Amino acid sequence: MPDRIDGPDRTDGSGPTDGSELAGYATVPYPANPPGGGEAREESGLVAEVRLRRGDFTLELACRVPPGEVLAVLGPNGAGKSTLLTALTGSVRPEHGGIRLADHTWLDTRRRIDVPTHRRGVGLLAQRAMLFPHLTALDNVAFGIRASGVRRKPARRAALEWLRRTETGDLGDREPSELSGGQAQRVALARALAAEPELLLLDEPLSALDVAAAPAMRGLLHRVLGQQRRPCVLVTHDVLDAVVLADRVLVLDRGAVVEQGSTHRVLSRPRTAFTARIAGLNLITGTATGETVRTPRGRALHGSVVEPTTPGEPAAAVFPPTAVAVHPHAPEGSPRNAIPVRVVGMEPRGDAIRLRGETDSPDSEAALAADITPAAVAELGLRIGDEVFFAVKATEVAIHPVSGG
Amino acid sequence: MGVPLPLRLPALLALALIVLPVLGLFARIDPGRLPALLTSPTALTALELSVRTALAATVLALLLGGPLAVVLARSRFPGLRFVRGCVLLPLVLPPVVGGLALLYLLGRTGSLGGPLRDWFGLTLPYTTTAVVLAQTFVAMPFLVVSLEGALRAAGTEYERVSATLGAGPWLTFRRVTLPMLLPPLGSGLVLTFARALGEFGATITFAGSLRGTTRTLPLAIYTEAQADVEAAVAMSLLLVVIALLVILVARPKAVEGRA
Repeated sequence: MPDRIDGPDRTDGSGPTDGSELAGYATVPYPANPPGGGEAREESGLVAEVRLRRGDFTLELACRVPPGEVLAVLGPNGAGKSTLLTALTGSVRPEHGGIRLADHTWLDTRRRIDVPTHRRGVGLLAQRAMLFPHLTALDNVAFGIRASGVRRKPARRAALEWLRRTETGDLGDREPSELSGGQAQRVALARALAAEPELLLLDEPLSALDVAAAPAMRGLLHRVLGQQRRPCVLVTHDVLDAVVLADRVLVLDRGAVVEQGSTHRVLSRPRTAFTARIAGLNLITGTATGETVRTPRGRALHGSVVEPTTPGEPAAAVFPPTAVAVHPHAPEGSPRNAIPVRVVGMEPRGDAIRLRGETDSPDSEAALAADITPAAVAELGLRIGDEVFFAVKATEVAIHPVSGG
Repeated sequence: MGVPLPLRLPALLALALIVLPVLGLFARIDPGRLPALLTSPTALTALELSVRTALAATVLALLLGGPLAVVLARSRFPGLRFVRGCVLLPLVLPPVVGGLALLYLLGRTGSLGGPLRDWFGLTLPYTTTAVVLAQTFVAMPFLVVSLEGALRAAGTEYERVSATLGAGPWLTFRRVTLPMLLPPLGSGLVLTFARALGEFGATITFAGSLRGTTRTLPLAIYTEAQADVEAAVAMSLLLVVIALLVILVARPKAVEGRA
């Protein structure tokens, strides 16, 4: 792959003052580049700080994504997730801000730098595959390679390799109209990766797939992103995507950052009610062993595997609060997972009461939620501080691989 | 769904209004004389000139109107709506007015024609070039409108994807926009050619009716109708046949383009 960085529009920001200059108005700390260290510069990843106004909506955020890390941007519709992506791709120019990738400045409104999309090296996998209808799957993947100046034959060879990596090596001759939704999305992923982008953007990559195709694609993304050395931003409204794919999560609401941190921390111990509401899932992480997840404390949770996991690799057991039953004593002889917790919170949630329970090993299992009826709360005589068991059937627990970061 | 009765009768009348006169043409002529009439020097000269000028006008419309359609569909600038309105002007203007306008611009004493003659010795009116210009004036909007519509319908999403794959605007246009535009472009070109072939008003005003130079098929029909009606009708039938062919060729592609 030739170095596509040498374009005149790419500003070489290797000067010693450059890093600190951006840090001057970025709200996130930006490490100054060590002099002359190509490898070290690579590690600075994506640093973005944007303010963008559209009508009475304002998106204002700062984020930082190191190479190889996946940042999930979570939020409801209209939170500004897609607006963030348009700013990163360069199809919309923020009123104020800076976007840097390693030592390339893509946007700097102060210095009037705005690199056009095709010179940014930003790969996008969107909700719909958007394969060029007049090209075969193989030529779709070869498109970006050809655009960088590679001749047809070697471009096709490389494209075939990318198709193999997304498990679609046998579909190269197909027209896009002959592909299923899941296949098309895999080819689109191969196409985005084949262009060897500096930054990979995933915009709700699973939301247009049917229930059968989504887990397989999520599993593929998990494997592919695990090998990625580029920073990656994943926009999603599905917490599960963040659980499986992201190292860190940024929660966005009405254009502002509500919370950001490691996926596990944000989703299992949301600091704001807003995050708790959109998280809405119980999450226990550990290592995969077949159909169970084993926590560092040695507790095993049984469930059913959704995306294939590798024994010994990080995995999460995920289950909804509505699947949890509350017992005063450890339930015996039933095929249930029972987790001892201390009740730390109770709040009404629709017709139910949401119980918050804390386990004895907060790092790995964290806080769990259970939705039970007010009658059950009364019957059990539950109060804050009580020691109870949260029980959940193995069939209600989904086991997913998670990002190791 | 059944069509309500009050609509059926006017529909039938509308169809009759279009089809009956054309059928009347066939009834007007002695089939035995048809081959002789169609191969008469008058008809052949006019046909050859018509095809040549209409093809040239179509190419000119493509080279100029194609880029105009892209600009109209893909750029945003103040006055865009006004510009789009101007493009539609030849569609609604009587062609004879267009011919007059061309004459006053490019004629011997016209504001552009004067300098052209004084500096380059070029005179356009009453030449074959004038025929091509008149046909382009009248027919180009068909291409611009159909291409612009197709471009808008196609949207910019594919182009944005292409940019994220590192393709610049020109590469994106050649490798993404253009290939996807081919079906509507084909039907747009056929329509443009047909309109140029049938052009009369602007041609006769701006280019006159000089046999072999500017007397295209429609002009020849008009001239012959005053002397030899059967010859005029024969040439009219020729245009009808060409028109039917155009509809057959262009229609399926137009439908395909929308799919």
